[in-house]
Amino acid sequence: MTGPDQISAARVAALTARYPGTVQPYSRDVWRQRGLLAGFVLVFLAASAHLGLSPTRFWAGLLDLGRVVQMMWPPSSNGFLLDYLKALGETLAMAFLGTLAASLLSIPLGFLGARNVVPNFALHFGLRRLLDIVRGVDTLVWALIFVSVVGLGPFAGILAIALNDTGVLAKIYAEAVENADRKAGDGVRASGGSGADVARFAIWPQVLPVFLSNSLYFFEANTRSATILGVVGAGGIGYFLADRIRVNAWSDVAFIILLILPTVTAIDFVSRRLRAKATGSQDAAKV
Amino acid sequence: MTMPSTTVEIVERHRTELLRARRGRGLLFVGVLIVLVIVSGYMGEVSLQKLVTGLPRFFNYIWRTLPELSWATLSADLGRWFWALERWLWLLFDTILIAFVATAIGVVLAFFLSFPAARNLTPNLFVFQITRRFLEFMRTVPELVFALFFVFAFGLGAMAGVLAIALHTVGVLGKLFSEINETVSPRTLDGVVAAGASRDQVIRLGVVPQVIPAFVSYTLLRFEINVRSASVIGFVGAGGIGQELMFVINQFIYRDISAILFLIVVCVAVIDIGCERIRHRMIDGQVA
Repeated sequence: MTGPDQISAARVAALTARYPGTVQPYSRDVWRQRGLLAGFVLVFLAASAHLGLSPTRFWAGLLDLGRVVQMMWPPSSNGFLLDYLKALGETLAMAFLGTLAASLLSIPLGFLGARNVVPNFALHFGLRRLLDIVRGVDTLVWALIFVSVVGLGPFAGILAIALNDTGVLAKIYAEAVENADRKAGDGVRASGGSGADVARFAIWPQVLPVFLSNSLYFFEANTRSATILGVVGAGGIGYFLADRIRVNAWSDVAFIILLILPTVTAIDFVSRRLRAKATGSQDAAKV
Repeated sequence: MTMPSTTVEIVERHRTELLRARRGRGLLFVGVLIVLVIVSGYMGEVSLQKLVTGLPRFFNYIWRTLPELSWATLSADLGRWFWALERWLWLLFDTILIAFVATAIGVVLAFFLSFPAARNLTPNLFVFQITRRFLEFMRTVPELVFALFFVFAFGLGAMAGVLAIALHTVGVLGKLFSEINETVSPRTLDGVVAAGASRDQVIRLGVVPQVIPAFVSYTLLRFEINVRSASVIGFVGAGGIGQELMFVINQFIYRDISAILFLIVVCVAVIDIGCERIRHRMIDGQVA
């Protein structure tokens, strides 16, 4: 009963009339929002029906899933521990080499694709579109293609990661080069440096932290994607995971997942530390 | 030359020391890198010979997927290239719907989980930790792994794909949303609390209006990513165009590979541009 003084209803009405849209929202805004929401729900229901989603199937599946989870306990390697560890190492190796190869390829491509280094429009445009296409195709698709080209195994996965990441990293690198401060380059040129000197002494020190931090970030992301490349036969732990699910060896599946999760988390942790170090001295704000 | 300034000497000595330290660190870094490359090269079964024989085959492969197009018979050539256009467009349509439904489910769940996962809104440390760990788990397990499980439980088809992408989306968006929740201005919340609001009302009236624009923006970004995921989730039989793509790659039907990939890339690009437009319009609307 000690609440704030109540404003009389008449005063509220007066205020609403005087400042339309503040005390109470415009009714057309409210109706537009409701209409949008209703339309959204309708589209959602129609889409679900079209895709064959139904509550009955959902509950039936959930029961199956519950049974699966029961069978997953206790997790056990069933004597395949060494194979699983080797496959996990293979996964990390794929992510590492794929990222490294992509980073090394992206350095020249990044410089070539930067407008301020190579002012040739045709080259710039062509390179960017090519990278768009390479990037537009998922790593898993590249992996499948490389499996048909170089055969089953982690090498196909490395090539797939390297190719897809080159598409992304070269673009990021090129943008970093374009965003580099031009004054440093002017200074190098004023003291008699050539174009290569500008790239080496003015641009390189500015973009190196950005390059490193992005490559590390991609190493993190690639560790995740490398765990599933095995599903299409491109090496790594994913092969065992898909295989054990196919033969319903659920305790093995649980074991493999329990191997993958801490590994990914550990890589994330290490990479985040290194990234902070790589960028720390230059600009602390960018993570 | 006559007067060797001590300042210069000190600076020079310091410079050589710094250079030496930097060179040492650089050598260590290169050494570690080389060891890592050798070890992973061994584990990854890298061989120069495979690369040398593989690269020409790769370019040959790409070359063979390219269609024969000439100006004189362009429409006939295109017709032959996209001979199953109608079926592919329907599959692509399914793929987009999978991404849409999955994003919608994921967003709703992520929305409700983002409040217990925000440190500033959840005084109960236990609830906070549990929610955070749950989201982390959902985020770390790749969609394809969920999809493998769900194909087993729910059968082949889009349902498995939708649920797999939805779960992963919950993990990713839940974390992002909770981080946005943690950035809301505490003053607004104090104001709502001072007016006598309960915890739910604080969230409804204090937090939600501040975070909705960012939530919508992240949701649109996630939708773009989910369209990409939905296009490959069919690799394990979880619906969409992926199954068809896997089939033509495994059967070496070269022209169809490029045709389907072309459709996917164009579709993804169109959706990206559309979402970008909506985001910009929203940001402009906020400013106005």
